[in-house]
Amino acid sequence: MPDGALPVLDVRGLKTVFRTRGGEVHAVNSVSFMLRPGELLGVVGESGSGKSVTMMSLIGLLPSPPAEVRAGQVMLGDRDLLKIGPRALQDVRGAKVGFVFQDPMTSLNPVFTVGSQIMEPLMRHMGMNRAEARKRATELLALVGIPDAQKRLKAYPHQFSGGMRQRVMIAIALACDPDVLIADEPTTALDVTIQAQIIELVKDLRQKLGMAIIWITHDLGVIAGIADRVMVMYGGQVVEQAPVAELFADPRHPYTRALLKTIPSLTGERGARLQVIEGQPPIMTAEPVACPFRARCAHAFARCEAENPQRRAVDDRPVGLGHDVACHWSPEGV
Amino acid sequence: MLDASPLPLVRVRDLKMHFPIYAGLLRRRAGEVKAVDGVSFDIMPGETLGLVGESGCGKSTVGRALLRLYTPTAGSVVIDGEDVATLSPEALRKKRPTMQMVFQDPQASLNPRMTLAAIISEPLDEHTDWSGERKLDRVHELMDQVGLNRAFANRYPHEFSGGQRQRIGIARALALNPKFIVCDEPIAALDVSIQAQVVNLLEDLQERLGLTYLFISHDLSMVRHIADRVAVMYLGQIAELSPRDDLYARPLHPYAQALLSAVPEPDPVREATRKRIILTGDVPSPANPPAGCNFCTRCPKVFDRCRVEEPRLAEVEAGRFVACHLYGDTNKTAG
Repeated sequence: MPDGALPVLDVRGLKTVFRTRGGEVHAVNSVSFMLRPGELLGVVGESGSGKSVTMMSLIGLLPSPPAEVRAGQVMLGDRDLLKIGPRALQDVRGAKVGFVFQDPMTSLNPVFTVGSQIMEPLMRHMGMNRAEARKRATELLALVGIPDAQKRLKAYPHQFSGGMRQRVMIAIALACDPDVLIADEPTTALDVTIQAQIIELVKDLRQKLGMAIIWITHDLGVIAGIADRVMVMYGGQVVEQAPVAELFADPRHPYTRALLKTIPSLTGERGARLQVIEGQPPIMTAEPVACPFRARCAHAFARCEAENPQRRAVDDRPVGLGHDVACHWSPEGV
Repeated sequence: MLDASPLPLVRVRDLKMHFPIYAGLLRRRAGEVKAVDGVSFDIMPGETLGLVGESGCGKSTVGRALLRLYTPTAGSVVIDGEDVATLSPEALRKKRPTMQMVFQDPQASLNPRMTLAAIISEPLDEHTDWSGERKLDRVHELMDQVGLNRAFANRYPHEFSGGQRQRIGIARALALNPKFIVCDEPIAALDVSIQAQVVNLLEDLQERLGLTYLFISHDLSMVRHIADRVAVMYLGQIAELSPRDDLYARPLHPYAQALLSAVPEPDPVREATRKRIILTGDVPSPANPPAGCNFCTRCPKVFDRCRVEEPRLAEVEAGRFVACHLYGDTNKTAG
């Protein structure tokens, strides 16, 4: 991952709001991040932290209404995806940006063969004819480790197991050689031994194809094994961002620190009691004016109530490039 | 399993749960899914037995057959001195208060049209002739025990978060003072930060009320935290049953080894150097399990005998039971 390289994706100040009957929900609040070529960015957070909504906002995958991307800039190369309009965005989706969803059963169409679903983006975006597309689809299935690829093109999604379906999803996402692959909890619905297979596959594909990947998950274990950099989200905001080793070795945000303590380990000391983060994650009904984590935070003080902390660098590297945290408190004292 | 001095609270012997498959125009019986195929274990009073395995391995079916939510095809399930598998309906009904269940999905297992008080007191309505006042007292007491505010007694399940709903399910399970509770993936639907709250609650209750748990889960690190002994299931059978610390320090069965090595750990330094055993292929169908050992199609250590002869679960070290020919009587030194 060359440090000086221009980012493939540069997101600034993204705000997404859902308008519901009960009022507005501010799901994403001023999220900024960048993705360098070939990099794997892990995005961690609990349900409702805004991690999926952020990524779906980028490429216009949220139904509007109720969703509304209210502010921000999403630069893919030299184009702002929030400005180019729905037609141009269709050319980006599937071609420049691939998407793998959590549940491969609901994201594949049950009435079309797997082959036709892999061929669709090839014909739509790459201008291939059927024969070319079929040839490429066979290659893709073989690439993601499906044996007997030629024959399996004619099979329907229900004829595949969960792990195999996720491989098909990855094949579709990779079909047009995208610059960015967004994987939203791609292994959450799978068993651990199958999850290990998919993770090995993705590591292998990264080496072969070199695309940049955004990997959304709630599993810190998965992140530790594959990510280059990690972004922790809470209450629709980025609360901490750092290279993976630094985040695990020296977490700065009280939420990250508590999260790392609350999961029991497979090895090492077995604690008598699990550390608990008391309370519930917030529902952001208004634009936050205070720190979203303050109610559950062990270190909260007056300033956390008065002012929503901005991301600040932990050392002399700039925010977004090194280790940064959105917190008024610091482990060394305020 | 037989040498422990106190009597086990739960004693399961050769439990089988086969579901018929009907096919063809006349819906003839065409075969059966052997969801659970010969499972034996004991649970001591006050103990937590972890039951782990991947989806489809039969772990939830074991839990349900234990409480006779399914009638087992064969085998015995002795809970507190009575064989639940063969009890008459009337005797079974009388037995129910001693054994209860906490379900995975608190959304689906709570009636959305009943208030919290009605949900928690339903077992009391069924099994006691208490007055309304006495029942409400008991409901309040249970709500205190699981950490729900008494003021919420007249609210409906949708007004609560996932973690709180799981507390409602736990309160309901506790209503009749059971001895034995089957927890079927009680934290799988919850967020990481909420999981710890529920697990701590279950542990507190166990200590205070002397409960015995069967804790069914696919989360191996959480099972390491909560269980005293752990049974690893694969395709309807127990592959290994060991005390917790032994299993996690040195798993014996090749499947247990692969399963533990597949769990990602939140430690990038360790993850970078860790050697994973990557199993190839998928789990075979329980309607058509392979001959011999049921793990022989994916086992990295498979040899000829595994494809012919089914290994029995046998004690290979003190307190450690493994079903694998690697530890068979012909080569006792292996492993």
